[in-house]
Amino acid sequence: MADFSAELERLRPQLLKYARLQLRNAAWAEDAVSDTLLAAIERPQTFAGQSQLKTWLIGILKHKLIDQIRRNSRELSTTREDDAPIEDELFDSSGHWREQPQDWGDPEHALRQVDFMRVLEACVEQLPGQQGRLFMMREWLELETDEICKELAISPTNLWVMLHRARLRLRECLQLNWFSGAQLAKESS
Amino acid sequence: MLLMRTCKEVSLLVMQAQDLRLPWRERLALKLHMMACDACPRIVDQLALMRSASERWRRYSEEE
Repeated sequence: MADFSAELERLRPQLLKYARLQLRNAAWAEDAVSDTLLAAIERPQTFAGQSQLKTWLIGILKHKLIDQIRRNSRELSTTREDDAPIEDELFDSSGHWREQPQDWGDPEHALRQVDFMRVLEACVEQLPGQQGRLFMMREWLELETDEICKELAISPTNLWVMLHRARLRLRECLQLNWFSGAQLAKESS
Repeated sequence: MLLMRTCKEVSLLVMQAQDLRLPWRERLALKLHMMACDACPRIVDQLALMRSASERWRRYSEEE
């Protein structure tokens, strides 16, 4: 049991990182992680070595995060940054790209690299609050878009404005911090 | 025209197509736009890469 507690303590920072990314609120993230660790300590037999400890804990954490989202849904509103129409910076008034999207090359090349995963994580972290939450709910909690609308009590129109912006921002961030750099490295070699 | 979409509209449709099944009219509009536009097919590739990357990141988050 002492070993088990030490293992939980060791994994705590990682759980907290994902909880913060999902909730974008430090206090709620702490609560979700505490609830997760308590559940783990109360029922260690449900783990019983069935998979890796981290996999099991992340599974519990995902449920606790949805609980937190439900509990605080009224306070999960958009920020000023969320409301900034990034699409107007990327498209002109007739709806054309101001700057042509670049060819990102062989996807496997980027996906194989741990550094690329770090850049992606940093880019998700930089998303405005509501956009980050929605992106995480869709891509990390793997909720369907209609479930997200229900949990947050928002309209599909609102969801799509936010998800559209989230992905456009993420795309810009990856372009700036990974693909243009990779391009330069290729040219200079 | 009924089936004309701007690149801005197409960028949203491409994202929606990843998450749900679009009505046939939108799917047709998307195809027509892709045949005529040089820029938007790249967005399809970029968004596909982003989706694969998110999946890999998610799996990575669950493993030691």
